[in-house]
Amino acid sequence: MATEPRDHEHAHDHDHGDAHPHGSELTEQQARVRALETVLTEKGYIDPAALDRIVEAFETRIGPHIGARIVAKAWADPQFRKRLLEDATAAINADGTLGRVSDHLIAVENTPRRRNMIVCTLCSCYPWEVLGLPPVWYKSAAYRSRSVIDPRGVLKDFGVALAAETEVRIWDSTAETRFIVIPMRPAGTDGWDEEQLAELVTRDSMVGTGEALRPNEVRR
Amino acid sequence: MNGVHDMGGMHGFGPVTPEKNEPVFHASWEGRVFAMQRATGLLGYWNIDMGRAAVEKLPPHVYLGVTYYEKWQRGLEARLLSFGLVGADELEAGHALHPAKPVKRTLAAAEVDGALQRGSYTRPEQAPARFKPGAQVHTRNINPTSHTRLPRYARDRVGMIEAIRGCHVFPDSVVLGKGEDPQWLYTVVFDGKELWGEQAAPGLKVSIEAFEPYLEPA
Repeated sequence: MATEPRDHEHAHDHDHGDAHPHGSELTEQQARVRALETVLTEKGYIDPAALDRIVEAFETRIGPHIGARIVAKAWADPQFRKRLLEDATAAINADGTLGRVSDHLIAVENTPRRRNMIVCTLCSCYPWEVLGLPPVWYKSAAYRSRSVIDPRGVLKDFGVALAAETEVRIWDSTAETRFIVIPMRPAGTDGWDEEQLAELVTRDSMVGTGEALRPNEVRR
Repeated sequence: MNGVHDMGGMHGFGPVTPEKNEPVFHASWEGRVFAMQRATGLLGYWNIDMGRAAVEKLPPHVYLGVTYYEKWQRGLEARLLSFGLVGADELEAGHALHPAKPVKRTLAAAEVDGALQRGSYTRPEQAPARFKPGAQVHTRNINPTSHTRLPRYARDRVGMIEAIRGCHVFPDSVVLGKGEDPQWLYTVVFDGKELWGEQAAPGLKVSIEAFEPYLEPA
């Protein structure tokens, strides 16, 4: 682990401060950010109350539950699924119950023959509006480097094994287009309504590194 | 630029290690950095491409050695300094020491919800699209020292136009101060063997989102 970038250290079971060997460094980072915020506030460039609202939005309102509802609707409504795959932004905005997303969202569908995975090898582009902010692993050097050359190895890190004949399609997010994976609908969910189906849709399943949950994996 | 940020296909970074029940931010300062990045984007001095370029220019050992939001903070400080919006002495002192420069917009708390939606990057077309879906294209072997969105692993390769995504702001021009210079954007898909040779994983296909200037007919 010593040779890995710090990003990975988030993956352990402790908070950010422990990623640094010394407490004084943590204080230094916090102090540096506080100094920056103070300077920007005093110069009138930012309003700290606006920062509070931005943080609150991403901690409480914008997250993978939005994408899960979109996927559930696609599973339940074949017409919506068709429109979503043609133009995800237009389909979601026309629906009226799924929130609004901006231009350039593209939905790609997993099938028994094809697995889709999203990555950004150059930075950390991610469909914020439907999945919230990306997890640390998505932004890690390990994921960004390996997913395009060894996706099955990456999937193994997530405990996912694909059939040998499955095509693996990697979408490298190198522009302002954004992608969401529509995972396969789990068996044993006939007759479920959209709300029930949405509970099966995990964040990782919409990035392509996981599967949707099976009915027996949801606490009901 | 051919920097360490361009990671596709590199070896040696170890396994991917997902964290169970991961919080959105791992420390409160991360949220502040994230929010400052969003809010200062409205000051009118840079766009998202210039933001990315600033992070890519961090020295390689810094880029690889610090956490994600530390990169953002350092990239943000670099932009603020380069546009003269803050002085190094102010960051050192932790207080404003000089008058502010004029800005386009300061984001107020009440405006946040409306400002969180991403803008559109589509622009009016400057010329008809050069390629049609299904066309074979060759990615150019370019090595600019400035920001580009054509990853190294996908240069000088033959792929297929899968879709046309409209005419978009062209990052490579923006960072050079040449304006938005809208260009057609395509999804170009490559066979794994074209990218990685005979040892490529069977059944692998990789696509990039490629601006028209990156492409020529195959």
